[in-house]
Amino acid sequence: MPQTLTEKILSRASGKEVSPGDVIEAKTDIVAFHDLTGYHVIEVMEKAGIEKVFDKSKIVIAFDHLAPPPDIRSAEIQVMIRKFVKKMGLPNFHDINFGIMHEVLLEKYALPGQVIVAADSHTTTSGAVGAFAQGMGASDIAAATITGKTWLVVPTPFKVELKGSPRKWITGKDVALKLLQEFKADYFNGMSIEVYVENPSAFPMDYRATVSNMGIEMNADALMFIPDEETKNYIKTMRGYEPALVTPDPGAKYTDEYTIELGKLEPLVAAPYSVDNVKTVNEVEGKEVDQVFIGSCTNGRLSDIEIAAKILKDKKVKTRCIAIPASYEMFKRAMDLGYIETLVNAGCIVTYGTCGPCLGGHFGVAGPGETIVSTSNRNFRGRMGSNDSKVYLANPAVAAASALEGKITDPRSIA
Amino acid sequence: MIIEGKVMKFGDKIDTDVIIPARYLKYTDPQYLAQHAMEPLDPEFYKKASSGVVIVAGKVFGMGSSREQAAIALKAAGVRAIIAESFARIFYRNAINNGLPVITLKDATKLIDEGEIVRINVETGEIEVNGRKYQGKGISGMALEILKSGGIMEYLKSGKF
Repeated sequence: MPQTLTEKILSRASGKEVSPGDVIEAKTDIVAFHDLTGYHVIEVMEKAGIEKVFDKSKIVIAFDHLAPPPDIRSAEIQVMIRKFVKKMGLPNFHDINFGIMHEVLLEKYALPGQVIVAADSHTTTSGAVGAFAQGMGASDIAAATITGKTWLVVPTPFKVELKGSPRKWITGKDVALKLLQEFKADYFNGMSIEVYVENPSAFPMDYRATVSNMGIEMNADALMFIPDEETKNYIKTMRGYEPALVTPDPGAKYTDEYTIELGKLEPLVAAPYSVDNVKTVNEVEGKEVDQVFIGSCTNGRLSDIEIAAKILKDKKVKTRCIAIPASYEMFKRAMDLGYIETLVNAGCIVTYGTCGPCLGGHFGVAGPGETIVSTSNRNFRGRMGSNDSKVYLANPAVAAASALEGKITDPRSIA
Repeated sequence: MIIEGKVMKFGDKIDTDVIIPARYLKYTDPQYLAQHAMEPLDPEFYKKASSGVVIVAGKVFGMGSSREQAAIALKAAGVRAIIAESFARIFYRNAINNGLPVITLKDATKLIDEGEIVRINVETGEIEVNGRKYQGKGISGMALEILKSGGIMEYLKSGKF
């Protein structure tokens, strides 16, 4: 039987031919955690009295949620994890100066066809290179860390096709929000989304990462881009080697298909308090904004920072504006290209490699009554701070234009 | 496994940020977490739930983050089981790993009212409310074994995984 990417990866990982609905034990190629979940993973292992890892080279740890630590408890959590890393002799550890875990996985580790599990829901991000990547809780990740395997239900594959090329100021975020607008947050529960890009270079890896990242907001089990030339180029550029591509068989069967004409997309915004409360930017423009956040594992990549810099070049922001490239690598490249200077000159506060504001952790928590435009992934009540704050999710062009005008703004109207 | 409790009802898309906000995730102590369960929706939740309740909710209950504290907080606050129209995948696993039974029932929020007493057979998925009977989807197979073992780590220690 011709296999979808989902079936192909999970058949290889479980050692038998799988079908949707099967409960399987799958071998994991990478197991990862960050600071805020990592201490919990280690606690679970200690409590069970089993402190071992299945393969040192396959464990990836990156500090991001509590980076740099905003309080003593956060610092204590990081101390504890560093001790674990040292004790176990784990080589793939990335301290607070490196990057957000999902970005680190993408830049350095994830490969087409892998099974990746990590203690964070946005693990779906690694689907951008065609890995079957799922977030799980601390106990499941503790078990995977020890055994190198996990159990899962084989999801039902659904195909999305992206045709044509996006217009100016349209990015991966608008594709993610379009899927949420059309299907809402519950439709893809129990499914894996496989995205086929008609013209690989028209939808680069940064955009793919945003869509895969928000697969979890669609409640999809995984959201994978079918590996193509862009996948190969990205990995070669970032790591210096060419990966083997794993692709679905011709004629593989999907439960359904959906096509997005990229050239017809408009900038979209998810209004409070739900990721699927999606509107066009024109439906919400003019709303006053207190703070803009450009960053996170969703939109903290070079092209996101580049878009913000293009819009803010030689101008001043009217809101508080926080920009956080997702990793040192992204920050460094943005700095070399002059984007960081542009943002700082425009009045933005810039750092890198922290999740901080996205989850209402630190470095820009929302106050009561405040309105935030954010390029991150969730706008649930209280997500970015106060229960009485409101978060609008948008692409970096909408976010930067809104910072410039002090209200939600359609970037097409100013640049 | 039979569970009984008074119903507390919630709507669709109850997310992990309202089940337990991120600012409480630096600790795993169940009693600490219980006090903040559902805080953004109802700061008194833990008092109301303390007598032992069953949550009845709509679609994709527990959507959002992987925080295992979501399941720990609800259980410690007094939630004996959750009946929902559907569950988010990660929350479902976290609930099983923390001994919190999760039952899927189509149209649950239409069929069951706030304050009613429900009786659930966790394995068969049979639900009884004031003499009315509904067939939900219980917990079976490997998930049931993990629940009965007391979580994935105990299951692993028993040599089955």
